[in-house]
Amino acid sequence: MSGQPSKSGATGWRLALIGLALIFIALFLLVPLVAVFVEAFARGAQTYFAALTEPDALSAIKLTLLVAAISVPLNVVFGIAAAWAVAKFDFPGKSILISFIDLPFSVSPVVAGLIYVLLFGAQGWLGPWLAEHDIQIIFALPGLVLATIFVTFPFVARELIPLMAEQGRDDEEAALSLGASGFQTFLRVTLPNIRWGLLYGVLLCNARAMGEFGAVSVVSGHLRGLTNTMPLHVEILYNEYNFAAAFAVASLLALLALLTLVLKSALEWRFGYSHGGAHP
Amino acid sequence: MDIALSRELQIPAKAASRSRRRPQSIIPGFGLTMGFTLGWLSLIVLLPLSALFLRAADMGVAEFIAVGFSDRAVAAYKVSFGTALTAAVVNAFFGLLCAWVFVRYEFPGKKVLNALVDLPFALPTAVAGIALTAIYSPNGWIGQWLEPLGIAVAYTPTGITIALIFIGLPFIVRSVEPVLADLSEEVEEAAFSLGAQPWQVFVWVILPAITPALLTGFALALARGIGEHGSVIFIAGNMPFRSEIAPLLIVTQLEQYDYAAATAIATVLLLASFAALLLINLIQAWSRRRIER
Repeated sequence: MSGQPSKSGATGWRLALIGLALIFIALFLLVPLVAVFVEAFARGAQTYFAALTEPDALSAIKLTLLVAAISVPLNVVFGIAAAWAVAKFDFPGKSILISFIDLPFSVSPVVAGLIYVLLFGAQGWLGPWLAEHDIQIIFALPGLVLATIFVTFPFVARELIPLMAEQGRDDEEAALSLGASGFQTFLRVTLPNIRWGLLYGVLLCNARAMGEFGAVSVVSGHLRGLTNTMPLHVEILYNEYNFAAAFAVASLLALLALLTLVLKSALEWRFGYSHGGAHP
Repeated sequence: MDIALSRELQIPAKAASRSRRRPQSIIPGFGLTMGFTLGWLSLIVLLPLSALFLRAADMGVAEFIAVGFSDRAVAAYKVSFGTALTAAVVNAFFGLLCAWVFVRYEFPGKKVLNALVDLPFALPTAVAGIALTAIYSPNGWIGQWLEPLGIAVAYTPTGITIALIFIGLPFIVRSVEPVLADLSEEVEEAAFSLGAQPWQVFVWVILPAITPALLTGFALALARGIGEHGSVIFIAGNMPFRSEIAPLLIVTQLEQYDYAAATAIATVLLLASFAALLLINLIQAWSRRRIER
């Protein structure tokens, strides 16, 4: 938009405002990002790759991928189901349901972890029963997955609900009246219509699933090589003053963040997909 | 609670009133998807959260206050709320500035910088935490310049505020940006042609239009800041009564198997977040009414 009111001094103002914004963004966003990579290579490339290939780091990477591979698809299924129910039908209490779906965004990650400890932990309500049947949830993979699903719960649904509501139900009704089955209609009509929004939600959901720290840290128990995800491994290395290794693992997560931003921007620029709202 | 979300959901609401008497739609799958949605929502979110409240209710008022509002807990609330509030205020200013610059001006690299604003959403909090600590520690890139001036950032509440500014920035920018882009420049030009000064146009024309969005972003950033953990604990120093945030105190109590204290503090935090959520909804209801009028 170049329609600046051509008042005297407008150029000066413009340069000053742009300059101030650029300094702020550089200081608060760019410098921390660059610092991750500089610190990661502070002890040379050899230390960097050694930190990434040691067994504990590898098992942390594997665990992070596994947790995301379980929780992201589950949230995709939930997101599609929720968006279908909310956007294609009318029922009382719709806005309350949407608020409930959004709820995990306003819960502190630490509290998200705590609620599962209170339910499934040794002191929790179901703790004794679980112990009797030799089922471990807290300090094990199921706890990590549960906590991750909780914190990423709204991502896909909140991307799809406004998108599907905006598209209405004419396309689906046309397909159905031409004899398509419900599932065919979803697969051939709805899914192509929502693909970019779905991809967008999956991207953000995945970034959070792989990067989650607080919720996962409460339920993990920090067993090295067993229940340590990448962010938790970063914390352990950092607290051991093994800074180069901590930043090396952190740099992988930063690359993931950059990749997420690039793909997200590509969706926005190429396909004109516009993400509604201020939420992550 | 999302601006675009609630606005767009108004559209099918109209169709609903027309078709209420007839069978709703030929589209199948309502029972299946609704059942799954409610079941999954209850299992993952509602039941676990109510377990927390039930556990807190079990404690009795006296015990709840004793552990939920102990001296250390109150100090932690003060640190959490104070730093989150300061960061949200700073972000309201700079976030608005960034949104303004992105919407109104052209300059090289704008698209990339605009994309970079979402970095705090994408970067794992622990990574942000150790990076900020490295930068602001006394021998870090920025810390070494601040230290001779007697400004300590790392391991103080100032450091916590810095981390929360990082975390909260995109909430403000992304809330304000679309509203600012929708704002018709004709109104501003009319004000200018009537002889208004730039600051008058800003205060009397632009600011009223973007206030709901700005407040929404502010409340979102505030709520996020109160609960934030990962980016803060590295830079905070975590000294009880001074730089210990409430989420960290929950973790500490859990590690000492003090489930009562952890539950009580978590309940207070959760209620604070819900208050912020309610505030957001009120702001949006208010701004919708204002638009309709």
